[in-house]
Amino acid sequence: MTKNILSYCPGCGHGTAHRILAEIIEEEGLQSEAIGVSPVGCSVFLYYYLDIDWQEAAHGRAPAVATAIKRLNPDKFVFTYQGDGDLAAIGTAETIHACNRGENILIIFINNGIYGMTGGQMAPTTLPGMKSSTSPYGRDVKSMGNPLKITDIVASLPGSYYVTRQSVHTAANVKKTKKAIRKATQYQKLNKGTCLVEIVSNCPSGWKMTPVQSNKWMEENMFPYYPLGDLKVPEE
Amino acid sequence: MKGNEAVAEAAIRAGVDGYFGYPITPQTEIIEYLFEANPAETTGMVVLQAESEVAAINMVYGGAGCGKKVMTSSSSPGISLKQEGISYIAGAELPCLIVNVVRGGPGLGTIQPAQSDYFQSTKGGGHGDYHLIVLAPASVQEMADFVGLSFELAFKYRNPVMMLSDGAIGQMMEKVYLSPHVERSKTVPEWATSGKPKSRQRNIITSLDLDSNRQELFNRKLLAKYDEIREKEVRFEEFQCEDAEYILVAYGTSARVCQKSVQLAREQGIKAGLLRPITLFPFPTKRINELAGKVKGMLSVEMSSGQMVEDVMLAVNGKVPVYHFGRMGGIVTTPEEVVENLKLQGSKKLLNRKTWFIRRQM
Repeated sequence: MTKNILSYCPGCGHGTAHRILAEIIEEEGLQSEAIGVSPVGCSVFLYYYLDIDWQEAAHGRAPAVATAIKRLNPDKFVFTYQGDGDLAAIGTAETIHACNRGENILIIFINNGIYGMTGGQMAPTTLPGMKSSTSPYGRDVKSMGNPLKITDIVASLPGSYYVTRQSVHTAANVKKTKKAIRKATQYQKLNKGTCLVEIVSNCPSGWKMTPVQSNKWMEENMFPYYPLGDLKVPEE
Repeated sequence: MKGNEAVAEAAIRAGVDGYFGYPITPQTEIIEYLFEANPAETTGMVVLQAESEVAAINMVYGGAGCGKKVMTSSSSPGISLKQEGISYIAGAELPCLIVNVVRGGPGLGTIQPAQSDYFQSTKGGGHGDYHLIVLAPASVQEMADFVGLSFELAFKYRNPVMMLSDGAIGQMMEKVYLSPHVERSKTVPEWATSGKPKSRQRNIITSLDLDSNRQELFNRKLLAKYDEIREKEVRFEEFQCEDAEYILVAYGTSARVCQKSVQLAREQGIKAGLLRPITLFPFPTKRINELAGKVKGMLSVEMSSGQMVEDVMLAVNGKVPVYHFGRMGGIVTTPEEVVENLKLQGSKKLLNRKTWFIRRQM
């Protein structure tokens, strides 16, 4: 990590996810190999915080950017870090096709069910009935559609190799997420295909809750819709 | 070979590291040729068919950010889709080549040749203050030659370069002399994201700065770069301008037509000449202004409703009348109708009175 001060709201899961990523890069000796692609969204300034080479992609295009980086630098560790608006709305095509081609990259997907950066609008992953600034009376699935389980779609593609859904709100979950990301770095070294680690996370500001309330709400509402665990594991 | 094939072969020979594209008529031969030639086996060049033009240009962003020689190609509707990515590439100051084999528009338009993307190419195209370096080939030979030149300029100025061709030159077959093979570079520039060794600071490729003062400084830096390009990189060709009374200004396919028009006009006793801009940005403003002092009028001939004519007028700056003549919808102007138009413009009996009227008001 660099000495820059994190720009996240108190209690947000991004900081923990960054820390895990930084630890893995250090522990696996990947600093000189890593090229990260940051998205548009709350983590747009991710490149301020991790002391590696970065490219800042246009909204939703990180998997396309990462595709070219990895194809032209097959020996580097290439990953994207994207939110749900970036990955599952505007970048749906890039996500699906990069995974379908089995690009040898890691996609870290932070799913907090809301557009945080622009102030709490409805995301493709916003739960039914969930309030946001563009669904002020709750998400009406009849007119606004159902939340998109894009990770499940990715898991169904032959090109994806390892797909898992985790969280970072307790010490035990942090440990599991770290293990998942470590596995993904090892699979990339072995040229196995696309790995996607979804982190179901909170957004205290967007959800208008305290950090503690938001974690509780996440457990009670997000986890039933987005159950934690592996969606696709390699046959060993 | 075809103009499109010449671009593809020249790219392999120029040591290009990656091509990312999406099929669209009339330029699909570029990606087809590359897959057929399979340079992955020889030079190691990456060739990838993306899921969309949007993805393709963002792959170019990623590759260019790694300091690699990367390119894409498309035709007008596809180039419109790429504009977001092109703006980011300009904002992140990345070198790359974008080939536009122009077809008629707006919208889906036609698959026949046109020159109606002049504004989009030379004035920016996407959002924000930026320019591409724009090269306009007028032959298959130039489509081949401009690949190497484009990368030279792109890396010299850390700026995207567009080769603005059209459906006629892309599809026509001509003899072409190909440059010898250049090996792919084994090194990358110091600004590239290549994995951070202990010996340097991390490299960040971005076009974002939320601090307005710093962003304005960056805008000024870009402006200074464009001024330097305007100063040093203007390229054009003159044909019988020495004693000309009327000058045709035309690029690409129109320039080929106009060369014949000059000959026909002279046979009829009209002293015509042709100025062919090779770079559309930077535009040969200074030279056109000089020539304006020696002639009676200028006629901008383009396969569009009149786009380059505005730059000709700015260059002439009121010294002499400037007219526009152009066919649209995928129709290539004939040399005879150019001469006919020139005569009518001269005698003020205008073929296209409405266009002339609008131009005079400006």
